[in-house]
Amino acid sequence: MKRSIAFLIIVVLTLGVIMAGCGGGNNSNQDAAAPDPETNATPEPSTEETEEDEKDSEVSGEATSLVFWTFQELHKQFLDDAVLTWNENNPDRPIELVTEVYSYDEMHNKLLISLQSGVGAPDLADIEISKFANYLKGSTPSLVPLNDYIGSDIEYCVEARFDNYAKDGKYYGIDYHVGATVMYYNTEILDEAGIDPNDIVTWDDFVEAGKEVVTKTGIPMTTVEITDQWTLYPLISQIGSDFFDSDGNIIIDNEDNIRVLQFLYDMVHEHEIAIPTPGGFHHAEEYYAFMNNKGAAALSMPLWYMGRFVEYMPDLEGKIAILPLPVWEEGGFRSAGMGGTGTVVTTQSEHQELAAEFLTYSKVSREGAIKTWTMLGFDPLRWDVWDAPEMSEDNVYTDYFGKEIFDMLLEIKDEIHPTNVPELFPAAVDIIKKDVSFKSIREQSLTPAEALKEAAEEVARQQ
Amino acid sequence: MRNTQLTYKKRTHGIIPYLFVSPFIISFLVFFLYPTISTIVMSFQRILGPGDVSFIGLRNYQNLLNPLFFTALKNTTIYTFWTILVLVPLPIILAVILNDKTTIGKNVFRSIFFMPALTSVIVAGIFFRYAFGEQETTFINAILGNLGVKPIVWLQQKSTGMFALVVLCTWRWLGVNIIYFLSGLQNIPAELYESADIDGANAINKFINITLPGLRPVIIYVITISVYGGYAMFAESYTYWGTSNPGGIGLTLVQYIYQTGFNQNDMGFASAIGITLLLIVMIVNVIQLSFFGYFRKEED
Repeated sequence: MKRSIAFLIIVVLTLGVIMAGCGGGNNSNQDAAAPDPETNATPEPSTEETEEDEKDSEVSGEATSLVFWTFQELHKQFLDDAVLTWNENNPDRPIELVTEVYSYDEMHNKLLISLQSGVGAPDLADIEISKFANYLKGSTPSLVPLNDYIGSDIEYCVEARFDNYAKDGKYYGIDYHVGATVMYYNTEILDEAGIDPNDIVTWDDFVEAGKEVVTKTGIPMTTVEITDQWTLYPLISQIGSDFFDSDGNIIIDNEDNIRVLQFLYDMVHEHEIAIPTPGGFHHAEEYYAFMNNKGAAALSMPLWYMGRFVEYMPDLEGKIAILPLPVWEEGGFRSAGMGGTGTVVTTQSEHQELAAEFLTYSKVSREGAIKTWTMLGFDPLRWDVWDAPEMSEDNVYTDYFGKEIFDMLLEIKDEIHPTNVPELFPAAVDIIKKDVSFKSIREQSLTPAEALKEAAEEVARQQ
Repeated sequence: MRNTQLTYKKRTHGIIPYLFVSPFIISFLVFFLYPTISTIVMSFQRILGPGDVSFIGLRNYQNLLNPLFFTALKNTTIYTFWTILVLVPLPIILAVILNDKTTIGKNVFRSIFFMPALTSVIVAGIFFRYAFGEQETTFINAILGNLGVKPIVWLQQKSTGMFALVVLCTWRWLGVNIIYFLSGLQNIPAELYESADIDGANAINKFINITLPGLRPVIIYVITISVYGGYAMFAESYTYWGTSNPGGIGLTLVQYIYQTGFNQNDMGFASAIGITLLLIVMIVNVIQLSFFGYFRKEED
């Protein structure tokens, strides 16, 4: 009797340990995935990775070793690939990249502390946009300005994406993508309701179409995020407003923003065509299952969300149409650049120049930009590659969404407002995520105007 | 001769104890005292970056007077209150049952109750996070659905959010507290129960008049660590809500420290919250201990 119990306990404990291992892994993935917009396809098998690394070091006997920290396995693969082509093109200055992948929070905390204390920082690091301003605090940021390295290539890039990582006119980070916000329509549901998504031009059209969908199918038109900013913030940017003006003044509670939040409120409570996102935000497990199961007819999210469809909503393959956002007024902007991760060079690096040149090569050069699509499924920073032949080659994204994605993007490339990311931006995002949509739309304890006013006051208090 | 031996003895006696305790002393100084002092200093500073540090007096402490801090303080206090209310009586009763000679399968139950304490909070937290999901197919909602209750959005309402936190805490720490109380029960002399039996006392009488007073030191101990544990709670809330608690639901003081320090890179203010938390916990425990007459006993 006793023995069998002891055996049972051992089995259970072993299982527990194994599950702890799995769970821990999942958790770190989730950490990286939830707040960061950029998890996409499943990472490739790592055996290939090590082989490549070995080849790499064989080629270059005296390669300069650069350390790179990231919270995203895919970014490692992307830069590893860039190292290969860099070493081919620059045989006199080979690089060996040592990448360390951490979970989202862990990496940002570690980097912050190493920069703060002046020791232990890597040469290159990824910083997610909502955390970026933390690293630009103070009179002398510990990051290297990249303007000289980017040079005239900026003409071919969506410049607004560089302003996100700038202070006093100096660019400190280079993004992976534009993050154009688009509307994903479930054509199966819209067909049932007899609606052609191409006819939806304004947000008023969207509401009317939504009413059709609800009456004919009983399915909500869309979902509104309650605990994250990806519904509210893109629309605020699209209408031409922001959380801060270009001088860094708080404008969270201005009239445009109130109008946007009121519109979201009306979609949920007045027109009853939208519901609060199951699970609170569009990266919640509840939402993936809900959407995959014909939960809603439309979703507005940035283009990097494509990866989530491919990965978590397999049943919708071939049923999703990607179109520009409906406009607020005729002739208004049809998109907004959202999210992102800026790669930086730290001043603690002993090879700042080499690191910066490699960084700009990997993302801003023509071939680098094309690879951000073919490898990562992102909309490249350089719009002059959007119609390159490589962009229409088959990959998981074209299989899922069709091949017209970039034709649509080229149409809207000039319809993206820059966003202002001053020192208080992390605080503003924090309060927007926590309180604004939650109190006005879910709890309904404050009106949209009151919720935004409260948020503005809270951010002002932290000045 | 004798003299030198004596001094030698004295001298070695003098050094060796210090040698043995030095690992603890050193790690205490490096990993505890230094950070504590450093935190106190930082709580009076504005820290912008390397070499960009300035003293700002009590500004950080004045900033504590804001709604978020009070939400965090309120949540943490309510959470601590509930965990004590559940995690003292329930384990006592279970410990008494497990200690009873007539109970069948005692060891199995002891193991089952204790096992959750061996899991990581994060692992268990993720399980509970999904169990408390808002769809009708999630674990808790499915059970309630069979009883005819409509699906509840557990993690986006204040009361149900707190409930989810206390359930996770109870699940995890019940077994540990049972162990404390079981060992406490071993110290109560069996003669007391025997003489009570002779006097014709029933089970409830014995429980109230013998078991509870006998367990008093253990109860004080468990409450004290529960106060520390409750006020220091972070991981449970983090697995439920990550770093953004909607409407302040489940926002704890340690989470507030984390969010200010790391999300907003305001280490000075975060330090001030930390020092305040330290003071609050000490005050609460002093009140609690004197309420139970802990200090009086020493004077006797």
